[in-house]
Amino acid sequence: MSVGIVMLVHTAFDRAEQVARHWAGAGCPVVIHVDRIVKRKVYDGFVAQLSDLPNVLFSRRHRCEWGTWGLVAASQDASELMLDRFEEVRHVYLASGSCLPLRPVQELVDYLAARPRTDFIESATTADVPWTVGGLDHERFTLHFPFSWRKNRYLFDRFVEVQRALGYKRRIPRGLVPHMGSQWWCLTRQTLSAILQDPDRPRFDRYFRHVWIPDESYFQTLARLYSTNIESRSLTLSKFDFQGKPHIFYDDHLQLLRRSDCFVARKIWPHAERLYRAFLSDADNAQSRQEPNPGKIDRIFAKAVDRRTRGRPGLYMQSRFPNPGWENGMTAGKYSVFQGFAELFEDFEAWLARATGAQVHGHLYGPERAEFAGGQTVINGALSDNALLRDANPRAFLTNLLWNTRGERQCFQYGPRDNPRINWHMARDPNAQISVISGAWAVPLFKSNANFADIRAEAAALQKIENKMLDELRSPDVKARIRIWTMAEFIEAPMEPLQVIIDEIGQKSLRRLSEAPRLTDLNGFGQFLQNLKNQGMHPYLMGDFPVEPAPRSAGARKRKPYLVKK
Amino acid sequence: MGAWQSYRLRLQRKRWRIRAFRKRRDLRPVANRTDDIRASDILVFCTQRNEGVRLPWFLKYYRDMGVNHFLFVDNDSTDGSLDYLARQPDVSVWTTRASYKRARFGVDWLNWLLSRYGHDHWTLTVDPDELFLYPFCDTRPLRALTDWLDASSIKSFSAMLLDMYPKGRMDSQPYQPGQNPIEIASWFDAGNYTIRKNPQYGNLWIQGGPRARVFFHDDPERAPALNKVPLVKWDRRYAFVSSTHNLLPRGLNQVYDEWGGEKASGILLHTKFLSTFNEKAEEELERRQHYGASREYLAYAEGIRENPELWCKWSEKYINWRQLEILGLMSKGNWA
Repeated sequence: MSVGIVMLVHTAFDRAEQVARHWAGAGCPVVIHVDRIVKRKVYDGFVAQLSDLPNVLFSRRHRCEWGTWGLVAASQDASELMLDRFEEVRHVYLASGSCLPLRPVQELVDYLAARPRTDFIESATTADVPWTVGGLDHERFTLHFPFSWRKNRYLFDRFVEVQRALGYKRRIPRGLVPHMGSQWWCLTRQTLSAILQDPDRPRFDRYFRHVWIPDESYFQTLARLYSTNIESRSLTLSKFDFQGKPHIFYDDHLQLLRRSDCFVARKIWPHAERLYRAFLSDADNAQSRQEPNPGKIDRIFAKAVDRRTRGRPGLYMQSRFPNPGWENGMTAGKYSVFQGFAELFEDFEAWLARATGAQVHGHLYGPERAEFAGGQTVINGALSDNALLRDANPRAFLTNLLWNTRGERQCFQYGPRDNPRINWHMARDPNAQISVISGAWAVPLFKSNANFADIRAEAAALQKIENKMLDELRSPDVKARIRIWTMAEFIEAPMEPLQVIIDEIGQKSLRRLSEAPRLTDLNGFGQFLQNLKNQGMHPYLMGDFPVEPAPRSAGARKRKPYLVKK
Repeated sequence: MGAWQSYRLRLQRKRWRIRAFRKRRDLRPVANRTDDIRASDILVFCTQRNEGVRLPWFLKYYRDMGVNHFLFVDNDSTDGSLDYLARQPDVSVWTTRASYKRARFGVDWLNWLLSRYGHDHWTLTVDPDELFLYPFCDTRPLRALTDWLDASSIKSFSAMLLDMYPKGRMDSQPYQPGQNPIEIASWFDAGNYTIRKNPQYGNLWIQGGPRARVFFHDDPERAPALNKVPLVKWDRRYAFVSSTHNLLPRGLNQVYDEWGGEKASGILLHTKFLSTFNEKAEEELERRQHYGASREYLAYAEGIRENPELWCKWSEKYINWRQLEILGLMSKGNWA
């Protein structure tokens, strides 16, 4: 008893010949089908090349365009020839010219001999598998497809639409339940001959002739009628990408294929010299066998599909530039933005770095330069602190910084003096944690040594900018984690909100904060605000602030604010 | 895109092709071995001027990759590189004394050669200082990539320009003919690139790298473009528009995914910043034959006088393509 190989070939004839010789040499008869599109001269040459082998035959040629009936007709004719001419064949294995046996042929023969009644054919009902690409799953059995998908995609699609619109449906022949699966099967003589010699075959053939991609459904469906024992898997290792194209194996897949434990793999790149050399010489192949590990191949190809369809979150590059809303993560990692904290607390950045262990920058969007942590002028990824470079594309600056420092939490200061064009982008980013103490920009003004008229003008400008920023942060479309306090609100109980923010950053242990940041001296700040008011500039973003400090000026940090009476 | 804009781009493409046809008269064949080109060959197209010192490595690099034939336009070289090229068995070379600038920085000449000899071939259009990298280039020949692109019905392949530079002064390590330039210029900027979409041609416009960081920090808008589409399954109806930054029809510029995924892409290692650079910059300043009134070279000349060091603490040292893949500069896409 032996295995017969049916080979469908349309290109790379030198490789097909090599593989055919390998099968035939190991005692497996081979029937080869060559696509009719192949030129007569090439075909004759190929036949002549293999003429020295008595157990290699050639079957009647059909035109095998992908997705059409030709492939089934080719398999039928070749299988008939195989069953007819080689009495001893018990299993017929359908393979292509770019298939490569990975294990010694004898192992396959023994394996099948031990399972004489088993048909290996992947066969699942359409409702239950998500394999199909392009949305034609059940419809491939109920519509007509007169136009070529490859050459006439437009007409193909339109015709499908028309049939859908008209509600047209073909009737599926009685007794058939459409099944689909890999076109590479291995059937027993019993099952295969039952399919091929069925009195109803003309009726079934007429039906499947107009089914879309019948090579994935003809044998898969009919085998269900006759087989006593279907094992629904393909013995051929074949991986498909997100468009339904088979992945191709190259020389560098040698170790993976060795460990895959599959009998046959497709598709092999015709120039993969090392693979052909390694697998077509039985001797060393048998010895170097390691533990089977087909999972690794699965993982590698699943990852490739994932990379192609979802990509790496937060990455913007030459071949990945998502439209708004399709970023799958606008930035590469979570980050925290602090507005007003550095103004209100002395040495806030150093304290934050100690409390969280994160990288804490100053005002990254500051007007003079990007104030990177530690006063660096260049940071990860050779990102420059130059304000002009940054402001040429503020969003790219942020996404670059977060991509370059992925794995390390980033925190930075922000405020109305900084480039406001980034505010809206951060507000829409679920990775952002934005904490704002509104009105704190007034503290540096309060401490500055400028003329009051200038202070007044700047305060008015900053208040206007911050107000606009807060509007953006309060818009219904924001995705960031946003907290806003007025300054008066915040200094009443500063530790509580700080604890919440730090916990959310969650870098260090969940202990209570042992060290509080030092609040800057606000003695006279109330009066400062009052002076602004007296000049006609009403600062309202900081909330209701006391004009006079509490009587105990020594313990200024402990004082309770009280309301200003108008 | 409206029908009107589509029509205008069509006219523009025709104009570039007519221009290329007219400029063919600039070119005088010195060694024409294009009869040797077989139907499946991969071709390199290149313009060069006085790059003799780079050519030995350039040819070796691409021959090893699996390129079958080189087509050069020599723009009035004086360093013997024309003779050197003419002696190579797999090189066809044309020479011209016409203006580089008036041939739109060589694009017209290359468009002509591409339409004449590149039709239906995979073509790689690179400068002598550009070394092409693609995913798995250490284990798979270029034909593996082009076969895969064919099977995936992809006609153009993106490769961003990655400026390589040495540590220390540019002129401290002299470059020898035949030497791998990456041995000297082995550093690059990993993550300071900015991207915008060019609505007219649909290509991405990438800027950044050491040139933006050091030479163009006062005028970032004018920093050189780094996006390139060098590998194209050429058709005689195609035309490069501005260097290999973009081409027409505009569908060929769609080398990036807009729905979150990554398409496969490569890198052009740009080894401009070698010891040969200063001379080159001086010469080009005099000739004023380069893009944007040689603005780039003006900026370089200034920058170089001030501070010839491109290297910084956060520069990354080149290891291999996998490193660039991890850094997000190129992608395997769904090629595995």
